[in-house]
Amino acid sequence: MVYDKGKVITGLVVFLIILLSPLWYNALSGKVEPSLKLSMPKEEKSCIEERMFMRSNHMDLLIKWRDDAVRKGIRTYKGLDGKVYRISLTGTCLSCHIDKAGFCDRCHGYSGVKTPKCWDCHNIPKEEGSKV
Amino acid sequence: MDRRKFIKITGITLAGVTLGMGDSLFGKVYASPQNVKRWAMVIDIGVCLKNPECRDCVDACVLTHNIPDFNNRKDEVKWIWKARYGDVFHDSALELTKERLPSIPIPVLCNHCENPPCVKVCPTKATWKREDGIVMMDYHRCIGCRYCMAACPYGARSFNWREPRPYIKKINPDYPTRTKGVVEKCSLCEERIALNKLPACVEACKHKGMALVDTSAGRLDSYPSIKDRHIIARKTHLGTKPRVYYVL
Ligand code: HEC
Ligand code: HEC
Ligand code: HEC
Repeated sequence: MVYDKGKVITGLVVFLIILLSPLWYNALSGKVEPSLKLSMPKEEKSCIEERMFMRSNHMDLLIKWRDDAVRKGIRTYKGLDGKVYRISLTGTCLSCHIDKAGFCDRCHGYSGVKTPKCWDCHNIPKEEGSKV
Repeated sequence: MDRRKFIKITGITLAGVTLGMGDSLFGKVYASPQNVKRWAMVIDIGVCLKNPECRDCVDACVLTHNIPDFNNRKDEVKWIWKARYGDVFHDSALELTKERLPSIPIPVLCNHCENPPCVKVCPTKATWKREDGIVMMDYHRCIGCRYCMAACPYGARSFNWREPRPYIKKINPDYPTRTKGVVEKCSLCEERIALNKLPACVEACKHKGMALVDTSAGRLDSYPSIKDRHIIARKTHLGTKPRVYYVL
C-alpha cells in the first residue's frame, strides 16, 4: 500500500534532478573534462621511446629496467634511434623529467593511479626539503 | 700480420697488463681477460695494524650507499664495518698471535660465500649468487622475513627496523635508499664494478690495504704482493667458502 503517491513521485523527480545535475552543469557550461597540463621537458625533444609508447608502457619499461639492472647486471638501454641510456630511474628519467610532481605525479593523480612506491627508496633530485 | 696473430698478441698483451701490473696488488682491480670473472676481496691486515684509527673504507661505503646512522647499536645498519681482529678471528689461536693484533680493528663485510647459506633460505629469491660470485640483493623482492640474517654466520646482514631516510646525513642521489622492513648488506659495489669502477672501500683506502681480485685469473698467491704471506678467511670450517681473504 502506498500513501502519498504524489509526494513519493515528487521526491523521485527531485532526486533525479540532483543526481544528474553535474552532467547538465558540464554540458551547459562547456566544461567537458578537467584538462591535464603536464610539465614537459623544455630542452629535450623526445623521450627514450615514442611518446605514445611511453604513455601506455612506461610502467612495463621500468620493470624491465629494474630486472635488467638488478637481476641481470645490464646497466644500459638502447632506445629510439639507437641512442644508449644508462638505466637509472633517478639519474635518467628524472634528469629530463625534472619536475616529477608536475609530470609523473600529476598524471597519476589525474588517472587515479596510486603514487608508485618507488620513491620510498629512489631519490628525487632537488625536491624541496630534500638533502640531495 | 694476419688476423689470428693479431688476436693472439693482443690477448697476451691484455693478460700481461691485467696480471702483471707493478708488484702491488692493493688498491687496484685485477681482472682476467675472460668474460666470466670470480670476484674476491683481499684485505692486508698489516696495513690495518699500522693504521688502527683509519675508517676510510667504512666512511666511503656509508656515503656511497646511503647507509643510515641511528646512533644506537640495536638498530644499526652496516655493510662494511670495523671489528677487533680478536673477535673476527676468535676461533684462531689468538694466544699465539702477535700481542697487539687481537685488539686491532679490521674491516669486515659480506663474504660473498661460494656456498652462501643466506641464499639457500631466502623464500623469494631476493638474494642469490651471481655467476661472478657476488651475492646480490634485490630489494624489490625482499619481504623482510630475516631468514637470511639467521642463516649468515658472519652477521653481515642488517634489518631496517626504522625508516632510514631521516638518518642519512647526506643522500647520494645515484644510489637508492632502502625502506623500513627490508634486509640489506654489502653488494661488493656491483653497481660500480658494472661501470668499471673500483668498490668504494677499495678506492677510498689511502693506505692501499684492499683489493678486488678476479680469482678466475689464477691462484691468489700468484700475485707478487701476496706470495709467501699467510692468507686466512673467517670460519672456514663451516664450509661456506668465504671469499673475503685477509693477508697477514
Ligand atoms: C626498498 C627500496 C626500493 C623500492 C621500494 C624500489 N626500489 Fe628500485 N632499487 C632499489 C635499490 C637499492 C636499487 C639499486 C640496486 C643496484 O643499483 O644494484 C634499485 C634499482 C632499481 C633500478 C635500476 C637502477 C636505478 O637506480 O634506477 C630500477 C629501474 C628500479 N630500481 C626501479 C624501481 C621501480 C620502478 C620501483 C617502484 C615500482 C622501485 N624500483 C622501487 C631499491 C628500491
Ligand atoms: C632525454 C630526455 C628524456 C628521458 C631520459 C626520459 N624522457 Fe620521457 N619524455 C621526454 C620528452 C621530451 C617527452 C615528450 C615526447 C614527445 O613530445 O614526443 C617525454 C614523454 C614521456 C611520457 C609521455 C607523456 C605523455 O604525453 O603522455 C612518459 C610517460 C615519459 N616520458 C616517461 C619517462 C620515463 C618513465 C622515463 C625513464 C624510463 C623517461 N620518460 C625518460 C624526455 C625524456
Ligand atoms: C600520461 C600519464 C602518465 C605519466 C606522465 C606518467 N605515468 Fe606512470 N602511470 C600512468 C598510468 C595510467 C599508470 C597505471 C597503469 C596501470 O595500472 O596499468 C601508471 C603506472 C606507473 C607505474 C606502475 C605503478 C605500480 O604501482 O605498479 C610506475 C612505476 C610509473 N607509472 C612511473 C612513472 C614515472 C616515474 C613517471 C614520470 C617519469 C610516470 N610514471 C609518468 C600514467 C602516467
